[in-house]
Amino acid sequence: MSVLEIRDLHVSVKTADEGLKPILDGVDLTVRAGETHAIMGPNGSGKSTLAYSIAGHPKYQVTSGSVTLDGEDVLAMSVDERARAGLFLAMQYPVEVPGVSVANFLRTAKTAIDGEAPKLRTWVKDLRGAMEQLGMDPKFTERNVNEGFSGGEKKRHEIVQLELLQPKLAVLDETDSGLDIDALRVVSGGINRVKATGRTGLLLITHYTRILRYVTPDHVHVFVGGRIVEEGGPELAEKLEETGYERYVAGAGPAKAGA
Amino acid sequence: MVASHLHPVASYDLEAHPAPTGREEVWRFTPLKRLRGLLDGGPSDGHLSWKHDTPDGVTFGRLSTEQAIALGAPAPMDRLAALAVAHGQGAALIEIPAEAVLDEPLVVRLTGDSADDLVWGHIVVKVGPYSKATLVFEHTGSARYASSVSVLLGDGAQLDLVSLQLWDDDAVHTGQISWRVGRDAKARSFQASLGGDLVRLVETAEYAGPGGEVEMRGLYFVEAGQHIEHRLFVDHNAPQTRSKVDYRGALQGEGARSVWIGNVLIRKVAEAIDTYESNRNLVLTDGAQAHSVPNLEIETGEIEGAGHASATGRFDDEQLFYLMSRGVPEPEARKLVVRGFFAELLNKLPAPEYADRLIAEIDEGLAKAGA
Repeated sequence: MSVLEIRDLHVSVKTADEGLKPILDGVDLTVRAGETHAIMGPNGSGKSTLAYSIAGHPKYQVTSGSVTLDGEDVLAMSVDERARAGLFLAMQYPVEVPGVSVANFLRTAKTAIDGEAPKLRTWVKDLRGAMEQLGMDPKFTERNVNEGFSGGEKKRHEIVQLELLQPKLAVLDETDSGLDIDALRVVSGGINRVKATGRTGLLLITHYTRILRYVTPDHVHVFVGGRIVEEGGPELAEKLEETGYERYVAGAGPAKAGA
Repeated sequence: MVASHLHPVASYDLEAHPAPTGREEVWRFTPLKRLRGLLDGGPSDGHLSWKHDTPDGVTFGRLSTEQAIALGAPAPMDRLAALAVAHGQGAALIEIPAEAVLDEPLVVRLTGDSADDLVWGHIVVKVGPYSKATLVFEHTGSARYASSVSVLLGDGAQLDLVSLQLWDDDAVHTGQISWRVGRDAKARSFQASLGGDLVRLVETAEYAGPGGEVEMRGLYFVEAGQHIEHRLFVDHNAPQTRSKVDYRGALQGEGARSVWIGNVLIRKVAEAIDTYESNRNLVLTDGAQAHSVPNLEIETGEIEGAGHASATGRFDDEQLFYLMSRGVPEPEARKLVVRGFFAELLNKLPAPEYADRLIAEIDEGLAKAGA
């Protein structure tokens, strides 16, 4: 059983004019395969920084703390090594890659993750199946990665990758944002299929409780001022739905100014 | 007479093209010293070796310089092309007869022995009316080479001309490709400049009647210390003509320089024409520099369309991050992005069998930089 352990993680963002700006202020979190955690917080609380730090984006610098996957030091790995170790990040704003077809991209990624090229016959079937389950016309495989995709199509494409690459631990950064209700249902369906395998730990990062009506989390963490300020079960999400983040933000004190 | 201020007057007369100082508009981007004496070179017996098949109906022959000039292709735009004609000792003629359709590309392999050899080359390509062919010039080896390639495209003919600059590192290649495009004819040019120390090529097109189409495509991959310069001029001198220019280049390494000049002149008579030109550059590392100058001169408003675009950008680290976050190692991710940048262009390569070779050359260049 895989486990991601984050201990006392401090992260700064590299800015052009101000140098390093602290964002994460001591994050502790443990996510095991088969568990679904929701990280909920207001804008600017550092949720996305947490997601990108786990994935290894060069814009963020870990100043102290540790992240391990099954005991292996994730922070010592390059971005691609992390992915091959079993980490996956579904991005809030997936990047367009002109001239690279979805088919080529997905096959290259699958080959890199598995360490060998997928068998052609099953691969074509798996790819087609994964796309159809997310309501994407298989014709999308001939298009360039994310180029000209609508916001919803980009998010579906992220979840197609989640299903095909079968990571040990997936961070979904605001996957629900910008989705209409139909797309939200389809995307949630994909996440739930991954959840049901019991092989993947899921970290859902979200501002709203909307997606949690479709994907039930085991644990909810409230994230304010660069750290977790309260933890609970699914009922905490319902409470947040009613009260919002205001009382946490007020209570966060000086950390709010830096968030 | 070219009415445009963008270009000096085209002429075969050497007097009309005095040796430049380097400050002239058409020379200011070119490191003159690295032309290694071409600008004031005298007659030379140096030559490139030619290898080619001779498909049925195609003839290879010779013309005197006077005969070649009399055919009426656009005249030299600069001293180097004028010298190539003046010292060419006549012209090599490639003739594709009227209504011939060549199933296979006609490949002419031009190879130089040494960068010390001074070579003047004058080539005339006569493409008969309603014929259709693909002609590939593949340049390898090394030389100091100035060339004048004149293409006379008969009415309704189509020629795909592919010019590959796959020179060794020390080669210098300059000169001009000049198109005269017949009525309703299609001129399609594809240039790939990957090798050589300095490449400076002018390509110019004018129309012999209405309805002609010109497409000029090109790609270049410029490595440390290389200078690659493409200067294009489409002269819309007839109505209902079309032109489309799409050049893309990637640069990496200290002192890598590219220059792209895209000039389009729409004359008063050129009503109902349509033109679009585009140049995109991908700067992969610090120390590389891309110059991109589109110019559009319009003398009539009675046209269908005229536009241009130029974009020069750094390598997009977010694309790299996205691919790497899917497990793809950095060198492979870089290759994917650069291939992607050229993909649309390479899909239009008239002799697709060369696409893999060009991609391999580009991959090799990327690997050399050590990513």
